[in-house]
Amino acid sequence: MCLAVPTKIISIENDMAQVEIGGVTRKASIQLVPEARVGDYILLHAGFAIEVLNEEEALETLEILEQIGETP
Amino acid sequence: MKNDKILLSHGSGGKASHELINDLFLPAFSNPILDQLNDQAVLQFGDVRIAYTTDSYIIDPIFFPGGDIGKLAVCGTVNDLAMCGARPLYLSTGFIIEEGLSIDDLQKIISSMQKTADEAGVKIVTGDTKVANKGHVDKIFINTSGIGIVGNNVNISGSNAKEGDIVIVSGTIGNHGISVLSKREGLEFDAPIVSDCAPLNSLVMDMLSVSKNIKCLRDPTRGGLATTLNELAMQSNVGIMIDEANIPINDAVRGACELLGYDPLYVANEGVLVSIVPADEAPNILAKMIENKYGQDAQIIGEVIAEPKKVLLKTALSTTRIVDMLAGELLPRIC
Amino acid sequence: MKHLDEYRNPELAKKIISSIKAESDQEMRLMEVCGTHTVAIFRSGIKNILPDNISLISGPGCPVCVTPNQEIDMAIEIAKSDDVILTTFGDMIRVPGSFSSLEKERANGADIRVIYSSLDALNIARQNPDKKVVLLGIGFETTSPTIAGAILSAKNVNNFFVLSSHKLIPPAMKMLLEVGEVKIDGFICPGHVSTIIGSKAYEFIPQEYGVPCVIAGFEPLDILQSILMLIKQIKEGNPRVEIGYKRAVRPEGNTTALNILNEVFEVCDTRWRGLGVVPLSGLAISDKYSQYDARKIFDVKVESENEPKGCLCGEVLRGIKIPLECNFFAKSCTPDNPIGPCMVSSEGTCSAYFKYGGDRLEC
Repeated sequence: MCLAVPTKIISIENDMAQVEIGGVTRKASIQLVPEARVGDYILLHAGFAIEVLNEEEALETLEILEQIGETP
Repeated sequence: MKNDKILLSHGSGGKASHELINDLFLPAFSNPILDQLNDQAVLQFGDVRIAYTTDSYIIDPIFFPGGDIGKLAVCGTVNDLAMCGARPLYLSTGFIIEEGLSIDDLQKIISSMQKTADEAGVKIVTGDTKVANKGHVDKIFINTSGIGIVGNNVNISGSNAKEGDIVIVSGTIGNHGISVLSKREGLEFDAPIVSDCAPLNSLVMDMLSVSKNIKCLRDPTRGGLATTLNELAMQSNVGIMIDEANIPINDAVRGACELLGYDPLYVANEGVLVSIVPADEAPNILAKMIENKYGQDAQIIGEVIAEPKKVLLKTALSTTRIVDMLAGELLPRIC
Repeated sequence: MKHLDEYRNPELAKKIISSIKAESDQEMRLMEVCGTHTVAIFRSGIKNILPDNISLISGPGCPVCVTPNQEIDMAIEIAKSDDVILTTFGDMIRVPGSFSSLEKERANGADIRVIYSSLDALNIARQNPDKKVVLLGIGFETTSPTIAGAILSAKNVNNFFVLSSHKLIPPAMKMLLEVGEVKIDGFICPGHVSTIIGSKAYEFIPQEYGVPCVIAGFEPLDILQSILMLIKQIKEGNPRVEIGYKRAVRPEGNTTALNILNEVFEVCDTRWRGLGVVPLSGLAISDKYSQYDARKIFDVKVESENEPKGCLCGEVLRGIKIPLECNFFAKSCTPDNPIGPCMVSSEGTCSAYFKYGGDRLEC
């Protein structure tokens, strides 16, 4: 029920941002994530950013996944 | 027919379009030539075989990155002729224009058609114009019909594929559909994507110069690659297995599809062809395609199988799933 | 593409699948609540590759599928007025109501437009001041804050209305557990709903029902990781709520979004197709914003609804039947000619089974 896509904020004006994925850009409202900054990755759903993706957690998750992969 | 009214999905190239053809047009017009359901009719006149096709263009917006409705109208019909191995020669063009369309826009479209026709080596030899009251047509609709000559010993048809044949796609998919969508009202995203709209007859001639045994050619327009592969599988009564990892898609198309929830396999193309060829000739044909301007990104994407008679996709996890024909229209989704 | 491709690594996926095979030593039935998970599981091939002792059951998390016919009938009646533009997310346009669908009514001349965002609907309202623009609001907690956002942005717009059919996920999960029709050993919780509501919203599930929960993202590695986490919880016998999708979900959720949601909407009882009335599972526009509430502005009468006899959507949504058990599946009910919403919704269970070959899988 939730198609949301990770996109990068490339500019912000008031409560609207320009976000980008694969070179494609679109407008997104940051009404729901006022703390978002240029350079952040956000989840885009129905024209709104619904969360700022946490880079540290992402890296940790990838490490955990690699470790699961290593365990014989 | 399941509905009592025509719906938009009847024109989108997928299942509903096929239902329309099967339930309404075929029963009325049936004959051995039409019944083959190829994109073109091949007619025998003594020793000469003439290919004949028609197509109509109602695209909105009429100008999009990489093309316009005029270029599309020439390419679409040139390509339908090329897909049976014919050398396209002559086109007719019928214009249905909305009262109020700017002459400037019309001029641009006509110039575009001239340029494209020159590139394809075809002449527009007859035409017609009608003007409809404002609001009765959306800016401009164009119909083109075309004829070409099919060379001797060329036998290309959607029903020729056999187990073991190789499936090649001539370039990256989804470019046309995404570039048009990006300009459509309500979606408004910017994509560094231009339509792949192109005349493919030179590519086909190149391919024919290195092989007399090409089995099938088809250009996946509305309904996308998935729909075309399903059509070929049905016509040839075979299955097709494709490898997800080998399907050429560029990043921006991937990105736009993620944004909208589209599957690139169903997005329209206008300058791509699918070719089914004997396995031993595939490397040669591929190499020749890559030398052509419109075949630079050509890739082998799969092979023809005997069973099951479906189109299957080998996923990145090495499992298989079915790829069906387009049902309904492609719509932006939240789920 | 960042935050996507890394979670699609096939080599890593294969290794995690091996771990799953090594770790799981008992029958377990895991429910993926969310329709987007159902589709992801099919499309990636995970459905085929899990060991036989792990069954994945699809749940009611498809907002299109759980919308009762009456809501669609109401939207259709509203759309028939000459001064109305009905806007809808693409997902709803082909869903059959009792007698018709939005797609068919569009063919009959109703002004019905597909939009990508609630803000598009608001723009249409601004551009058409002489029309009433109604947004059919469907979706769970991922989407409802975006509708709330549009309402808050509609300050000087007098012709924008929302027909709220929004629902909440945890109450539906509670009902499934209460009714107890299907044995659920673990929940794969919806990643993006959880982005908004956080992990705390699910804590009642392990606490009151002893069922493990893992909040999962949507890429193949996310789903596989979550299955592994559930297996471990089941073996440890220590049910709790864990977040697999850590990059996107915080325990407290998105508090800004929750505040906006609570500002504009209030919780109410609402009927779900297949589940009946689920207490406190719906969102109605609060009195403060009643000027945007389509239910207050439009006085439409709809006939009592007509669900097609023999359609098993309800049982499929509750996880007690699979689409293959429905007599209509793949015969008279196909994505092109759907009888029930589970077949026409892009993430309906029946649609997933049909499109990705469920009838050929041993599930």
